[in-house]
Amino acid sequence: MPEPLSQETISREIAELAARSDGADHPARDYPPYRSSGLRHPHRPLVAPPEAYAELRGPVFGASDVTPLDADLTRQHAGEPLGERITVTGRVTDRDGRPVRGQLVEVWQANASGRYPHQRDQHPAPLDPNFTGTGRCLTDADGRYAFTTIKPGAYPWKNHVNAWRPAHIHFSVFGTAFAQRLVTQMYFPGDPLFPYDPILQSVTDDKARERLVAAYDHELSQPEWSLGYRWDIVLDGPSATWMEEGR
Amino acid sequence: MRPTPSQTVGPFYGYALPFRGGGDLVPSGHPGAISVHGYVYDGAGDPIPDALLEFWQADAAGNLDGKPGSMRRDEVDGSFAGRDGVTFTGFARVATDLDGHWTLRTVRPGGAPYIAVCVFARGLLHHLYTRLYLDDGDDALLASLPADRRATLVAAPERDGVYRFDIRLQGEGETVFLDLG
Ligand SMILES: [Fe+2]
Repeated sequence: MPEPLSQETISREIAELAARSDGADHPARDYPPYRSSGLRHPHRPLVAPPEAYAELRGPVFGASDVTPLDADLTRQHAGEPLGERITVTGRVTDRDGRPVRGQLVEVWQANASGRYPHQRDQHPAPLDPNFTGTGRCLTDADGRYAFTTIKPGAYPWKNHVNAWRPAHIHFSVFGTAFAQRLVTQMYFPGDPLFPYDPILQSVTDDKARERLVAAYDHELSQPEWSLGYRWDIVLDGPSATWMEEGR
Repeated sequence: MRPTPSQTVGPFYGYALPFRGGGDLVPSGHPGAISVHGYVYDGAGDPIPDALLEFWQADAAGNLDGKPGSMRRDEVDGSFAGRDGVTFTGFARVATDLDGHWTLRTVRPGGAPYIAVCVFARGLLHHLYTRLYLDDGDDALLASLPADRRATLVAAPERDGVYRFDIRLQGEGETVFLDLG
């Protein structure tokens, strides 16, 4: 039988790769401490196409695709979900700081106990009949999004023995160009699980990794109601020159 | 400004991102409708049951403006209402099934000769872009590639109106993935 994979081994690999960080904004697709990446990353380098058309434009969403209630994950069932009520808000911009307006932001997350309503999630933590954990909204004219939800719990996974994901909310964001597509995860400040998690640590640059962590913002907290977090999102590529040249 | 880093879509997006009819850009029986289907494979040649594909394309007339309505909601109870059956939104989203298989029903894009594809999966820390060409025709990207690599971007006609397009994330026959930065 192969030796069980320990946190110590994973942490050593994380440290080795951090020491060799090239300062990239995004994780390498080949990141061995996240074991599932092994067979799911290309070996060949990406190819820059000589020209692009479709990728410089992108899908459009509108009022028909989203109801106002979709942004409140605490009101999707008859009762109130268990957990710490929070609001999460921020702006979506491109790399030049221009707001991404009227675009779709989707979120999904575990409940307060760290459980997803997905049959492959076998973590023996309770499901909450009053919480599904999905939401969506369109950004406003400033690129702003806002969700009301509950703080998700940490949960175990099987990457290695005693692997735990820090609490996070999954985000899916569209830009004006299909080439700006982003799927990522937002984390909560000060989580003691950060150093142990190969998914967060796959972003080896310290500054880049910090951009995945929301800020607690007391101004956003509402008295007797909810705690507020702020998290801004900057969409990558395509570069301005590419857009202008219409390559 | 530095961009927000990507993170994997993970294993549990299934109750959040896919939507009914997500792969049906046109209704069945639509004039000129074609079906494209295939598998997503990992580096061991095993199909990937937890991949999510997104497609973006021009309409038959070559219009790339896109339209809302891919994931319409019922205004009364907020439930999912599906596409209206008339509007061509240009956007499709399909999760692979337990066999790693997916199907897209669409029309040939006008203008640009390809459908843009974005691949997400558990285990994939940063999505991948590729292109789905319905013909091995005159195109700058296809022309720049050696024959074996070029073939990974061209769907194979199976029978009238049905094409096969497999995506191989790694190894032999690895799909050409794009750097759009
Ligand atoms: Fe998660």
